[in-house]
Amino acid sequence: MTTTQGSEQPPGPRPDDRRHVVVVGGGMVAQRFVEALRSRDDAGAWRVSVFAEEPRTPYDRVGLTRYFEVRDAEELTLGDPALWDDPLVELHRDCAITAIDRGARTVTDRLGRVHPYDELVLATGSSAAVPPIPGHDLPGVFVYRTIDDVAALRGWVEAKRETGRVTTRGGVVERPVRGAVVGGGLLGLEAAGALKALGAQATVIEFGSHLMGVQIDLGGGHALKRLINDKGIAVRAETATKELRPHRRTGHVGRMDFADGGRLDVDVVVLATGVRPRDELARAAGLEVGERGGTVVDLTCRTADPHVWAIGEVACIEGRCLGLVAPGNTMAEVVVDRLLGGGATFPGADTATRLKLSGVDVASFGDAHGRTSGAVEIVWADPVAGVYKKLVMADDARTLLGGVFVGDAAPYASLRPMLGAELPGDPSAFLLPEGGGAPALELPDDATVCSCNNVSAGTIRGAVDEHGCTDVAGVKACTRAGTTCGACLPLVTKLTRTELTKAGVEVSNALCEHFSLSRAQLFDAVRVADLHTFSEIIERFGTGRGCDVCKPVVASILASLGNGHILAGEQAALQDTNDHMLANMQKDGTYSVVPRMPGGEVTPEGLIVVGQVAKDFGLYTKITGGQRIDMFGARVEQLPQIWERLVAAGFESGHAYGKSLRTVKSCVGSTWCRFGVQDSVGMAVRLELRYRGLRSPHKLKLGVSGCARECAEARGKDVGVIATDKGWNVYVGGNGGQTPRHARLLAEDLDDATLLRTIDRFLMYYVRTADRLQRTAPWLDDVSGGLEGVRAVVMDDSLGIGADLDAAMAAHVDGYEDEWKAVLSDPDKLARFGSFVNAPTTPDPALAYVPERGQKRPATPDEVAGGLADPVLVSGPILEVRA
Amino acid sequence: MTTLAPLPADPSVDGPGWTAVCPLDALAPERGAAALVTASDGEELQVAIFRLVDGTVHAVQQLDPYSGANVMSRGIVGTRRGTPTVAAPVYKQVFELATGRCLDAAGKEPRDGLAADLAAFPVVVTGGVVHVGLG
Repeated sequence: MTTTQGSEQPPGPRPDDRRHVVVVGGGMVAQRFVEALRSRDDAGAWRVSVFAEEPRTPYDRVGLTRYFEVRDAEELTLGDPALWDDPLVELHRDCAITAIDRGARTVTDRLGRVHPYDELVLATGSSAAVPPIPGHDLPGVFVYRTIDDVAALRGWVEAKRETGRVTTRGGVVERPVRGAVVGGGLLGLEAAGALKALGAQATVIEFGSHLMGVQIDLGGGHALKRLINDKGIAVRAETATKELRPHRRTGHVGRMDFADGGRLDVDVVVLATGVRPRDELARAAGLEVGERGGTVVDLTCRTADPHVWAIGEVACIEGRCLGLVAPGNTMAEVVVDRLLGGGATFPGADTATRLKLSGVDVASFGDAHGRTSGAVEIVWADPVAGVYKKLVMADDARTLLGGVFVGDAAPYASLRPMLGAELPGDPSAFLLPEGGGAPALELPDDATVCSCNNVSAGTIRGAVDEHGCTDVAGVKACTRAGTTCGACLPLVTKLTRTELTKAGVEVSNALCEHFSLSRAQLFDAVRVADLHTFSEIIERFGTGRGCDVCKPVVASILASLGNGHILAGEQAALQDTNDHMLANMQKDGTYSVVPRMPGGEVTPEGLIVVGQVAKDFGLYTKITGGQRIDMFGARVEQLPQIWERLVAAGFESGHAYGKSLRTVKSCVGSTWCRFGVQDSVGMAVRLELRYRGLRSPHKLKLGVSGCARECAEARGKDVGVIATDKGWNVYVGGNGGQTPRHARLLAEDLDDATLLRTIDRFLMYYVRTADRLQRTAPWLDDVSGGLEGVRAVVMDDSLGIGADLDAAMAAHVDGYEDEWKAVLSDPDKLARFGSFVNAPTTPDPALAYVPERGQKRPATPDEVAGGLADPVLVSGPILEVRA
Repeated sequence: MTTLAPLPADPSVDGPGWTAVCPLDALAPERGAAALVTASDGEELQVAIFRLVDGTVHAVQQLDPYSGANVMSRGIVGTRRGTPTVAAPVYKQVFELATGRCLDAAGKEPRDGLAADLAAFPVVVTGGVVHVGLG
């Protein structure tokens, strides 16, 4: 399939004059190659065709395990998808290349089509190496390499869980799915983590003496084993697997037999014993392959054929293949440079590694095993805390050669770029907890900060000094640092801030000119100082009289802390017009009113009242995206009359405005739906009634689905609740709108009470710590510890603030009042709803409407000026519109 | 603009072009109100009136030049480097209250035929009553 053919003529040479580079393989390194070529080939001298075996655009294979969490292949997409729309880029998915004809300079795809090339880049990567263990091909034995592998593994485990469920007289008994992973390397541990994430048991079988033997030493291996055991994963080291045996009845894999006579009953086995370069095309084309496979290339990544190159895991460079993405990306950049006439060579592999398994922090870089002659090792080990840290220094005890970090990889990000450089002071200081007073590191300009994208400290400094970037987001966009695995982001942030400060730019998270505090800081300050009015707050913590930025923030903070009605006292002057008028301002200055319909549930009588109100006040009506009915065109002086009618019918108006809870969307759930497993409408009503009126840093949307079919699209919400047969799964940090994000799993199978407590704490923690106008998705990226950190606070009360958060939410729930009804019963507040202070019931004479599709809409300026539309209706107290 | 203190020697607020709008007490501090006032040529105009915490009262046009809606009274009152301001509630342009000058266009252009700045009108508070002069 082809993803191309822009209609516009791209710049540069005419199509016939362009040179054509064919990339075989559609993985991460191919993506990097295309991205680099298109960003550097300004003249448009090259067009590029990528032939991918998988039916997808290149995705983040390093993040494969994340697929269990996000369950969405889209989220693993690498880079800007617009790359594949570039008219000079052609991506052929599901289209493996089967042959190369070097003489004719063509490749043949699996459909027999022949494609000519000027230059050929092999980026075929590796395949999982299946060890010759008898039984390796039994059903239930998997490898761990592609999204399809992972999806197949998931399907198998879920099916096994179903068959393991037995109904007895005592109830349903579930036998856990028993999983094993052969291979205790990086990939094996990720696979074990994936099995655990699927709810299966996991045992890792390692042939060598310890886990991650390539990257870390024996001491680190022991510490790692403890950490892995703490995650509920068993480890058998120094164990050779002799045979995989089928289950007698099913024929599926059922038992592992080990060389030492041991056995293990299993339902699923993952083979993660290594990878093998996909060099078969090169072999068939007569190109040289390495001793252990891989297409042999020189330091320019060129094979013996001057028009054929190899990059990534398939390339055998300096006599070996490298199974990491960072050196692969470097090779891609080298070849791009060469194609564009440059003289780049491969600078040697950066084999630094960091394990991305939740809760297990492992990293190593450089000469982790201390094999350099004369190397000195400095070790910090704390078996109680499960921490092992080691620096390998040259014989001068100053030059850093490598390091191993298990259990606490905090020093990794700042030390790794110092590889080969002299450390200031006593090296052991860098291993002490919390840095132990180690001197601040001033990174040399050529130190690599982001190894995924090969960005040096100098490049980051240049982004600030020369390209005028003023924040981390700008530096990321400018240099691509931190955009792949993100491990270097703390360092990128630190460098950026230091450089900005040096340049005299004040690095500020101040709200505005009136408050030098951030929203979160101000929230704490107001809470601790126990202040209740804007005047007190700005006198104590700010200057001037505020503005349209800080006043609504203070209003929101005061509301979150429970200071009565939002129009009470001085608070009224702080509110945005929507909060002040308790309705949603539209383009002509009128408002829309959205009666609250918790969970989207409404009675026929209710619908009739809403319709009658809209008809009587001449309002345009529309169904919203949040399962409510919006009524447009209400004038200021009509609002209380409309609320009065709604209140009388048992409605309250609702927040379709404000930084507050909007709606809790639901599907119909188990009460009606054939597939529903829980009462999603009932839960949605409960949640909406609980959190209505809660003021927050930005709007909040919730959703509840009654089964895994997810008809409420809850994972697009800040909090999404999805029914399971055991209770509720809760997802957080979803977002629709301009930056769509899928919510991520926070907790599973909660009962009703635990679900409420979990959401209470999550929301209150967000309300207290997020920045102004920061939705939950970016907050989860920023907040200390990310999703894991939030889970620790919310589920395990790691900060000891759980009771406080619970109490704050209880105060909100108990203190809730119908804001609209409260206005109706207070003459002072009601007086705000006059159209003119000297003519409170006179409608704005400038309002004008024209009919459209049986309703009214605001007239355009031309329609008003020229009377072009006929008729232009000036609205009266009650407006009838005839179509 | 403000001419609260000192008042003109003998403010002629009864003549054509001046409208007694409301008691000062009817205006909540730092929250605007709209008023209908009549110019000496008989034309009726919508103005936005703002009372600040120090008791000063300002009047500017109610028409928001950037949205074309009559909404300026519903903006948030504040200060920019000490100068009292109002922010348009639709697209958040910031205007100086005393002069109507637009301090921050928020990246937008005014609607066709409308000036970027607001017209500002003289205000006199006498006998606890707010008067706006359109001339």
